[in-house]
Amino acid sequence: MSNIGNYDERYKTFSWEQAANELDYKPGGVINIGWYCSDRICDLGKGEKTALIWEGLGGAEKTYTYHDIRRASNTIGAFLRGLGIRPEDRVCLFMDKVPELYLGVLGILKIGAIAQPLFSAFGDESLFVRLDNAQTRAVITQRKHAPKVRKILDKLPNLEFLIIVDHDGKPLREREVAFSLEKSEPVEKIEIHPTLAESPSLLHYTSGTTGLPKGVKHVHYSLLAQYMSARWALDLRDDDIYWCTADPGWVTGTSYGVIGPWCLGVTQCVLDSGFSADAWYKFIEKHRISNWYSAPTAIRSLMKAGEEVIKKYDLSSLRALSSVGEPLNSEAVIWSERVYGKPFLDTYFQTETGSIMITNYQGMKVKPGSMGKPFPGTTAVVLDQKTFEPIPESGKIGLIALKPGWPSMMRTYWNNEETYGKKFKNGWYMTGDRASIDKEGYFWFVGRDDDIINTGGHLVSPFEVESALIEHPAVAESAVVSKPDPINMEVVKAFVTLKAGFTPSADLDLEIMNFIRKKLSPLAMPQEIEFTDALPKTRSGKIMRRILKAKEWGEEIGDTSTLEND
Amino acid sequence: MADELKDIVLKYVIAEYLEDGADPITYDTPLISGGIVDSFSMVSLKRFLENKYKISIPDDQATPEAFDSVDKIAVLVRKFTQA
Repeated sequence: MSNIGNYDERYKTFSWEQAANELDYKPGGVINIGWYCSDRICDLGKGEKTALIWEGLGGAEKTYTYHDIRRASNTIGAFLRGLGIRPEDRVCLFMDKVPELYLGVLGILKIGAIAQPLFSAFGDESLFVRLDNAQTRAVITQRKHAPKVRKILDKLPNLEFLIIVDHDGKPLREREVAFSLEKSEPVEKIEIHPTLAESPSLLHYTSGTTGLPKGVKHVHYSLLAQYMSARWALDLRDDDIYWCTADPGWVTGTSYGVIGPWCLGVTQCVLDSGFSADAWYKFIEKHRISNWYSAPTAIRSLMKAGEEVIKKYDLSSLRALSSVGEPLNSEAVIWSERVYGKPFLDTYFQTETGSIMITNYQGMKVKPGSMGKPFPGTTAVVLDQKTFEPIPESGKIGLIALKPGWPSMMRTYWNNEETYGKKFKNGWYMTGDRASIDKEGYFWFVGRDDDIINTGGHLVSPFEVESALIEHPAVAESAVVSKPDPINMEVVKAFVTLKAGFTPSADLDLEIMNFIRKKLSPLAMPQEIEFTDALPKTRSGKIMRRILKAKEWGEEIGDTSTLEND
Repeated sequence: MADELKDIVLKYVIAEYLEDGADPITYDTPLISGGIVDSFSMVSLKRFLENKYKISIPDDQATPEAFDSVDKIAVLVRKFTQA
């Protein structure tokens, strides 16, 4: 029997009050995610239970009980408070998936500051725009990533502290501080900041079609949705050994890599190394992983690695498998059921929604390729693209929209209320995704409603890549679109015109790729660059990305009446 | 034993994928499974090898396993340069 039981019954009868009651939260009272994920679990008598099994390179392993993560997050919180970090200050976590990242989230939340996790592969430009926009006061990082912050430090007057968690004793520079969790005196008790439901908790950055990345502000009240969805969508149970492969630099990694499992007192494992099928299967076998939350890109990579490698490992511990980041193709669902004995269930949410909104559930009929059904307590529809009214007929494609009001809904875009306002039409939150709903109420994903590129489950803004491209000395103009990819669903492709004096070559192609990789991130690096003499533009001079994209996807080009020189 | 191909690849990986002050790497340091080169960046490493050695590595052979160390990359490159 799954945690959710009968979906239809749950959907009809559920209200968020149930989640509040289960968490002993009283409206108007204090709610602090950091406390809920550590101290409360200890208060419930599970302090000696394993909270985190971490494995790094070369088989390095660390294990933490709930008492350990309570003390460690206290220690980090007390250290930050000692530096003068105040409630609502932004503290960035810029690290690989090391224990300090996970424990740091809780420590920051405990003192009422805002955790701002950023993907450690970000280049200095990506890092700068996000730290600048958030006016971040402190960055917690590792020695290996510190140089990227140092490069932009002079442009960030609000950034007072660069905290290095694995300092090697070399002289520190101005604004740099060393902090060692292992060498610090553990702090048994800390005054938890009395955050309320609407107190800010996390700031996750996401890409937009135009303009700079947007800082999605979440609040402590989101806990209710993350708690409930970890139970009912991921089917997390007390005796599970859980593995969320997402990096906390992205929303899945915090909502379900920190908050979800730990507010439920579940044991979770983290593997801090790159991908290989052997390494992943070995990890599952070694730790007897029972509940696995991963991503289509990883699943397709495992499919590519083949079935022989699976036979080398005992994966019989696997019980519940879920996927997130981009639509999970039906082949992957069918394949996973055949080779693991359990299908991967697709789940759908966004940085802005903070928790799973539409999903498949354990125990509910799986339709491979479908997104599943709305989570209890949420109202999801598809809207007509012109009237923004719900489409009553099944099978008709429209815009996925959600009725605002679930606990983990973003509260705003940081310093960008105007863009936030544009996310709503007719009282609905517009996801920017398109889908249809079948007769049984299952959602079927169709695609994005904008130019955003979803590569390996991560959103990349074509605007951001185009802006970076024209900073390369050889590039005159650029247009960036998605192109299909068998593993990552989409990858970045750039069309580039060159300045006079430059000629296309394989070396220039590679140079531009590396330029973007270092400036923005590996995700944003064009996997293909096409040098062209001219880009398609409207008569007013706007580059028509959709024409280039249609060609890449083999689709109809559509209306070209505004095309220059048509 | 000195190996020019491996030295060139190692130098390139250090210059392109390692931050200043990072721990030193050798021919057998795990690159992909070690998190030094991610799956997206592998595309640029593949492009470098193809440009440098005038070869074409099919996608089905450009696997994380085949790119997991300078030693393994050298085996892959030699397979195509000697073909």
